[in-house]
Amino acid sequence: MVVLPVIIPLLAALLGLFNLPMRRIAKFALLLNFAISVCFAVIFIGCPLSVTDFSFKVLENPDIHLQFGLTGISCIMILLTSSVSLAAIFCKIPETLNPQQVRLWISSILLLSAGAMGAFLSTDLFFFYAFHELALIPTFLMIGMFGRGERTRIAWQTTIFLAVGSIILLAGVIGLGSIAGTYQIADLPYAIQEKLSSFEGDKLESLKCSLTWISGLLLVGYGTLVSLFPFHTWAAPAYASAPAPIAMLHAGVLKKFGLYGLIITGLNVMPEQFKPFLTVLTVLLLCNIIWVGLITINQRRLDEMLGYSSVMHMGYIFLALAAFIAFPESKIALSAAVLLMFGHGISIALSFYLTDIIERKTGTLEFNQLGGLAKSAPKLALLFGIAGMASIGLPGLANFAGEVMVFFAGFEGWDSTQSLGIIQWATIIALWGVVISAVYLLRAFKQTFHGSMNINTKNVLDLSLAEKLPAYFLSAILIAVGVYPKLLLQFINSL
Amino acid sequence: MQPFYVEFLLVAFAIVMLLVEAFFIPPGKKSSLALIGVIFLTIIFFLENFVVSDTSSLAVGHWMERFYAQSPRALLFKNIAIVSSIFVLIMGWQFRGTLNKFTSTDNSDVHTGEFYCLPLFACVGMMWMASAVDFVSIFVSLELVTICFYVMVSYLRRNVGSLEAGVKYLILGALSTGILVYGIAWIYGAFGTTQIDQISAIVATQSELSIPALFGLSLCIIAISFKVGAVPMQLWIPDVYQGAPTPVTAFLSVASKASGFAIAITIFEPFLRFEKIQTVFLIIAGATLIYGNFAALAQHNFKRLLAYSSIAHAGFILIAMGYGNFGLVAFYLVTYLLMTFAAFFILNAIDGDEIESLNGLSSKSPFLALMLTITMCSMAGLPLTVGFYGKFLVFKEILNHSISIPLLIICFISVACGFYYYLKVIKAIYWKKPAEDSEVKANIFTRAIICLLVVSLIIFGFVPRALQYLTQF
Repeated sequence: MVVLPVIIPLLAALLGLFNLPMRRIAKFALLLNFAISVCFAVIFIGCPLSVTDFSFKVLENPDIHLQFGLTGISCIMILLTSSVSLAAIFCKIPETLNPQQVRLWISSILLLSAGAMGAFLSTDLFFFYAFHELALIPTFLMIGMFGRGERTRIAWQTTIFLAVGSIILLAGVIGLGSIAGTYQIADLPYAIQEKLSSFEGDKLESLKCSLTWISGLLLVGYGTLVSLFPFHTWAAPAYASAPAPIAMLHAGVLKKFGLYGLIITGLNVMPEQFKPFLTVLTVLLLCNIIWVGLITINQRRLDEMLGYSSVMHMGYIFLALAAFIAFPESKIALSAAVLLMFGHGISIALSFYLTDIIERKTGTLEFNQLGGLAKSAPKLALLFGIAGMASIGLPGLANFAGEVMVFFAGFEGWDSTQSLGIIQWATIIALWGVVISAVYLLRAFKQTFHGSMNINTKNVLDLSLAEKLPAYFLSAILIAVGVYPKLLLQFINSL
Repeated sequence: MQPFYVEFLLVAFAIVMLLVEAFFIPPGKKSSLALIGVIFLTIIFFLENFVVSDTSSLAVGHWMERFYAQSPRALLFKNIAIVSSIFVLIMGWQFRGTLNKFTSTDNSDVHTGEFYCLPLFACVGMMWMASAVDFVSIFVSLELVTICFYVMVSYLRRNVGSLEAGVKYLILGALSTGILVYGIAWIYGAFGTTQIDQISAIVATQSELSIPALFGLSLCIIAISFKVGAVPMQLWIPDVYQGAPTPVTAFLSVASKASGFAIAITIFEPFLRFEKIQTVFLIIAGATLIYGNFAALAQHNFKRLLAYSSIAHAGFILIAMGYGNFGLVAFYLVTYLLMTFAAFFILNAIDGDEIESLNGLSSKSPFLALMLTITMCSMAGLPLTVGFYGKFLVFKEILNHSISIPLLIICFISVACGFYYYLKVIKAIYWKKPAEDSEVKANIFTRAIICLLVVSLIIFGFVPRALQYLTQF
């Protein structure tokens, strides 16, 4: 059963080889996937046990199983994946494409979706890693074939960054699996704890040393995939250049794979081993928030600004993770991270979706050639406003709950009789990031939608029904989770 | 039935084929010899696996016993040789147009008959190499293979590239043969015998190898590195692979390499417990990985790219070899066989062998484009394809033994380089526009074989255990 959300898009992507009405098939497959994800979530709330099924032994030594299962956090991630992919498939396909390229376009979206689903549902460390790699080739092809700007260079840069990141990650994953002696993600924490408690003396020291090495590898590997400073340089150009559905899926979903992985295979397994990296991580995440935030303010194009803003917002999620490393007893740090991952995924996907529409309607994304769109296309302005406000973290939208919890988590372990620790200082500095994002998003909104109309924006028609529906869908999720965060938090309590 | 009768039978088949070619096949139908060859090889395959199998061994005291031993490992390497020869004959049959063009002035096939007979002789040599347990039989069978290849590499006698490749292969092959003989002589001097089992009995009692033995072994390593395409004897690979007819290139890169590893295992099995020998293998492996991957980065010719990639793969296999995990060597070789033949079948179906000639393949033939994409992903070692497991298990092998950090780093850099040059091919397929309306000559039969190979890449990507089961010995 649990394997269905992986199989459906994969099979649908395979149909792309034949001359079939792919658009309809893909929409149907992803709609079905969304329905299945919601069903899973509902069932999971009714009976919050980690379910596994479909176990198939792949290798004897090391012991690897092709196995899928559902945990609280993966429920949230598949809800995110299925909603973003459903919206992404409704992005308009450029009319210049020939039928073959259309099939390739749709199959790529389906493959990305299947890969993300597979990664989030795998309960085996190996396949968790393997499914994520499924996204590499479609991303490469889509940016290279249909991207904007310097697409060739950007496609190479993105792919090489991601490939090198995943190889470093692979080293960490193999190391973790070999030391734990198991590749079952659920068994990792116990296996590692058992090793740590059964060894003593020099052996314990060398074990701790190798675990610290592995933590470092995981941090760099996942950090590259999530665009942690200074491994972030691929991300913004890639999102700016990629066709809208790829940008939506990559920024919205695949990036969360790295954070999800860091939580379930790193922090959840051996929080103590990450302690040596706490200071470095804190400095880097502040660079993400402040440095990249300042770069974002300086952008002249809407797509590039959104790309950088998505890199910047990763800083907050890393802040939650750093708070967890500093204070592993924390009750809200991981919930905050997951909630923010979900909120950011939906809001950035909505932004890229609307950006694509703006570009198609006006033919440009340069701020100085836009303006006054709110008069000609008020609904577009409203929806973009929701996405932007969500990114800033306004109350009532999904990101707010996440961000507030992040800041609380920063002070959770703080003894008020002591002076401020590094996490507390980082939280205080990170609060300024909210101002930065307010500056660039409000400015972008003003330059795009307010002011006087010009030749590009004068004759723009407002959203058609087909364009509106996916945007309404994503905004509804943002508002629902924002108003009632318990919708998602109830999954995480059983983490 | 004695196991070596199968090889004798194959020699007889090959001679029959030569006679049939000379007296019964009229010009214009020479390529039908490929079909006869495939039938003969299929018979041999069944005889080898179901009549002889690995359990039948020679009677004690049989005159052949000191030269030849049947074992599960030998059977596996024989199967690799037979299957590759079958694939090569099929590929040769598709290659007949080019073959005719470059062997006669008038596009006739009068001079092409032997091209379909020689793989059978080479196959006999490779099968014997897998079973050889004496330096004499190792040397003789290796020469049989190499001499067949001298002819096959330069078979396109009206093509300068093929002749150049032939000359290079001849000179370097002769040099490596000389080195091997010299090495064998030193080993004979050191141990007083050419039989591997006696040498291994002597070695088992020694705690340190004598200088003459070490010298002889180093010469053997150099000669074998010629066969498997490893540093320091790798320089011939790109030129020869590029110049040779495509089926022969595939044959060289799979079967010849595999039999090189077969004799490497036979010769070095008793010696690998010495740290010196192990270190030499690992150093060679590291150097091979660096050379193959870095040189591949700049290639524009698809055949040359595959040549460098074959050097790179040899590096990974040598790591498994150095750690004495022969099961992994066989596993990697079989995955390599599947990937390489898939790539060469597709290369054979398109015009030209530059990467540019793949431009726009996705619009000319979406099917071949997808197949080549999956093949390249597998070669690059992307997960969910079988190519990943070879590399994954090699990494694990390094981690399991005394972790050698430099070797591990070299491996990771190699994989990263691999992503770049294999993706270059994928880039050409999808991003680029086709230059002109060049034809894709792939009939339904070719497509079926390519599909079979590629599907096996994915299936074994999910059930590598099946492949491990097939390659265990």
